[in-house]
Amino acid sequence: MEAIAFYTFSFLTIAMFWIAVMSNQALYALSATAAGMIFISAFFFLLGADFLGALQIIVYTGAIMAIYAFGMMFFDTTRVVKERHRPPFLVMGLSILSAVLIVFIVSAPIISENIVAHHPVIEGIDNPQAIGVVLFTKYLIPFELAAVMLLVAMIAGIILAGKKMDRSLTLMRDEEIEIAQELQDSKRVSV
Amino acid sequence: MEIYLYIALFAPLVGSLIAGIFGASKKLLFTGIVTSSLLALSFFSSIVLLVHLLGGGDEIHVEMMTWIAAGELYIPFGFLVDEISATMMMVVTLVSTLVHIYSIGYMKHDAGFNRFFSYLSAFVFSMMVLVMSDNFAGLFIGWEGVGLCSWLLIGFWYKKDIATWSANEAFIMNRIADLGMLIGIFLIYWNTGSLQYDTVFAAAPSLDETILVLIALFLFIGAMGKSAQFPLHTWLADAMEGPTPVSALIHAATMVTAGVYLVVRAHPIYELTPDVSYFIACVGAFVAIFAASMALVNRDIKRIIAYSTLSQLGYMFVAAGLGAYWVALFHLMAHAFFKALLFLGAGNVMHAMRDELDPYKMGGLFKVMKYTAILMIIASVALAGIFPLAGFFSKDKILEVAFGSENYILWGVLWVSAGLTAFYSFRLIMLTFFSDSRYKKLGFDPHEAYPYMLWAMAPLALLAIIAGWFEHQFVEFVTQALPMFTFNVADVVWMLIVVTTLIALGGIALAIWTYRDGPLDPKWERNPIHKLLINEYYIPAAYERCISRPYRELSAFFWKEVDLKVVDYTVDLIASMVYGSGKKTHTMQNGNLSSMLGWVAAGAVLLLLAVIFSSGIQVAG
Amino acid sequence: MIEITLAHYLALATILFCIGLIGVLRRKNLLLLFMATEIMLNSVNIGFAAIGHYYGDLSGQMFAFFVIAIAASEVAVGLGLLIVWYKRTGSIDLDSLSSMRG
Repeated sequence: MEAIAFYTFSFLTIAMFWIAVMSNQALYALSATAAGMIFISAFFFLLGADFLGALQIIVYTGAIMAIYAFGMMFFDTTRVVKERHRPPFLVMGLSILSAVLIVFIVSAPIISENIVAHHPVIEGIDNPQAIGVVLFTKYLIPFELAAVMLLVAMIAGIILAGKKMDRSLTLMRDEEIEIAQELQDSKRVSV
Repeated sequence: MEIYLYIALFAPLVGSLIAGIFGASKKLLFTGIVTSSLLALSFFSSIVLLVHLLGGGDEIHVEMMTWIAAGELYIPFGFLVDEISATMMMVVTLVSTLVHIYSIGYMKHDAGFNRFFSYLSAFVFSMMVLVMSDNFAGLFIGWEGVGLCSWLLIGFWYKKDIATWSANEAFIMNRIADLGMLIGIFLIYWNTGSLQYDTVFAAAPSLDETILVLIALFLFIGAMGKSAQFPLHTWLADAMEGPTPVSALIHAATMVTAGVYLVVRAHPIYELTPDVSYFIACVGAFVAIFAASMALVNRDIKRIIAYSTLSQLGYMFVAAGLGAYWVALFHLMAHAFFKALLFLGAGNVMHAMRDELDPYKMGGLFKVMKYTAILMIIASVALAGIFPLAGFFSKDKILEVAFGSENYILWGVLWVSAGLTAFYSFRLIMLTFFSDSRYKKLGFDPHEAYPYMLWAMAPLALLAIIAGWFEHQFVEFVTQALPMFTFNVADVVWMLIVVTTLIALGGIALAIWTYRDGPLDPKWERNPIHKLLINEYYIPAAYERCISRPYRELSAFFWKEVDLKVVDYTVDLIASMVYGSGKKTHTMQNGNLSSMLGWVAAGAVLLLLAVIFSSGIQVAG
Repeated sequence: MIEITLAHYLALATILFCIGLIGVLRRKNLLLLFMATEIMLNSVNIGFAAIGHYYGDLSGQMFAFFVIAIAASEVAVGLGLLIVWYKRTGSIDLDSLSSMRG
């Protein structure tokens, strides 16, 4: 049963991501990525990481891919960026070679067998609860730091994207941008 | 007492540093005065130490600090004042002080006045380290220190090519000898495990005889370099390119006697190796007559005196080689006084004649330089060994030693040398101070030196006269540290003295008679013997032809074939490889992020390969 | 069917990672290039979760969790920069970004 699920979802995920990578249509690529993200959550459920699976769907598919979708709206998606490819065998060769190498590494009996679990799975309670226990005890400070980082990223995103929303720098010439910049600087100095 | 030891040792260093601070500035009289007074202080301390030892005090042995302590090796900065070093200290500081004072006048118009005093005091410090050290390593440091200062001072007028050439020659000759000395010191350490004199000498009798012979020989090679014994003698005559006070201090009175000092200091080793000692005596006797013969014909007053120094060093080595260490030390002391005096007198003459050194162009200077002439005559008489001056006592003692130990050939050689010594000394005096005034035709206007320069020479003259009178006290004093040399010539001693005095007087008389009318007829110079002597037995030419020139050719070969074609080529190849790879790979830096990402991926693949191979090796291993 | 082991999951993660790598290498559209990096991050997450599962350790999930947080911030900042760049140049073509030419 598990094997069937694993192979099915593996196939689906690889197919989705392959489309995402190879498609020339940005919209197709975006949709395929989102689908692939959802299929990945299936592996988390298979591995008993229910919370992570839910998170994958909510954060990745719901939030991150949505941001990409919004981002795409800023850009002129009809104007297809011309993909001037380097020799494809180089890209493929490099990637496949590294894949083979990594598979070789992980399948070789290098990984030690006697690993001690620092935070063993707690028996008798379900996964989100266990995660909560570990997250808010051992990983409290990293968790808070991650929160601060997200806040910083949010502010940075707003400032970067939101500054001079009213003005389209694209339609201005370089000199005009400089003049506008100087004007703003002088204002700041006078304040 | 220790404080006097430190004052005696470090006062010259302080003086040197003070003068050195002003080394590059223009002449400052006080540097000369400060260094001279500090040396006088050093001299005073040496006298205090000498008096202490004379009064029956114990020898002073201090260990200032640890110098090298590594494993079994322990070498301290230790200093020893016993009868030998006290004598040497007294001689060194006395002559140095007088030479310093003299130099204030001699170097008066020289731009490098401060530098000169800095070097001169540094030399005295090195010499003090040499004689006061209580181990071979310290002795070697002093040994190299005096070598360095000698190099600096011979090449003091570095704008003259010949001066720098001579300085380098002296330095290189000394390096050759120092290698021998260093090997000797290594052998000592290797076999006794220590470099302290007392330990080494205590262990010496139990050493293998071959080892002892090797040690003695190698140490003597060092002594040969510093004391300019054959075949390393050529540098001393060329060293006369330095300022005259330097010749007086370094190349007559002190540094060149370091070799004799070394043999005297290491006498427990040489007593155990009679063959080496006899060899030393033979070399000494050979040098005595060899150098004296070259002095007969030379036409450079400083070189004549330099050859005379060589000859007298030969005498000292004869005494030391025959085991009469105290006699060697006695002659060393007496010689220091009259030879320094002779050189300073020559300096006065040079000054008066505006650096003219050829006595054929002088003559009749007695009329204008009466005091200098008298001082130089005193020194020459002392050198010739006429009673009752210092040279008589010390040189005669050496002849007695040679006769008494039944080395009649050595005695004969030394006896002839004594005659030659008297002859060339008075040849110099006659040509310089008497007969007709040839200098007038050449337009010189000589004048007497400054009075204080003459006053600085006066104590040396006094000592050149009276030093021999204290023979008895000297013997009593130094034989506390040195073995008493006994020989029985009581029945013939008067005859020996008469014979020696006769040949000396004969030499003087012959010189006066020969040169009563100035230089000899030039036809003499075509005589093959004269040619041989004036060319120093063709030894410098032989060195040039057999050693220097092949070496230069070999060097040129290595330069052209090995250095240019192998070494340089390799270096250039490395450089061109770096350049080439840079040129080929700079296209990587095209600023395109996409291609950069490609390179990142390629690098990651390489790292992965490295991981696999290294883990493969680990698994296999 | 054979049993699914850790190696299976790791192989899958590797394959997904390399698909992401292909995307990063061949995309010239910066937006899609960012998306390809998301694929790579996800593949790593699978690896973390799988190892955590097979060793009975929650640390793997913790790391996956933090990776998601980092991915979210990366997207926020990266897209912000991309928008500014687009406003300046009117292009999100990677080849136009060659001001770092040496």
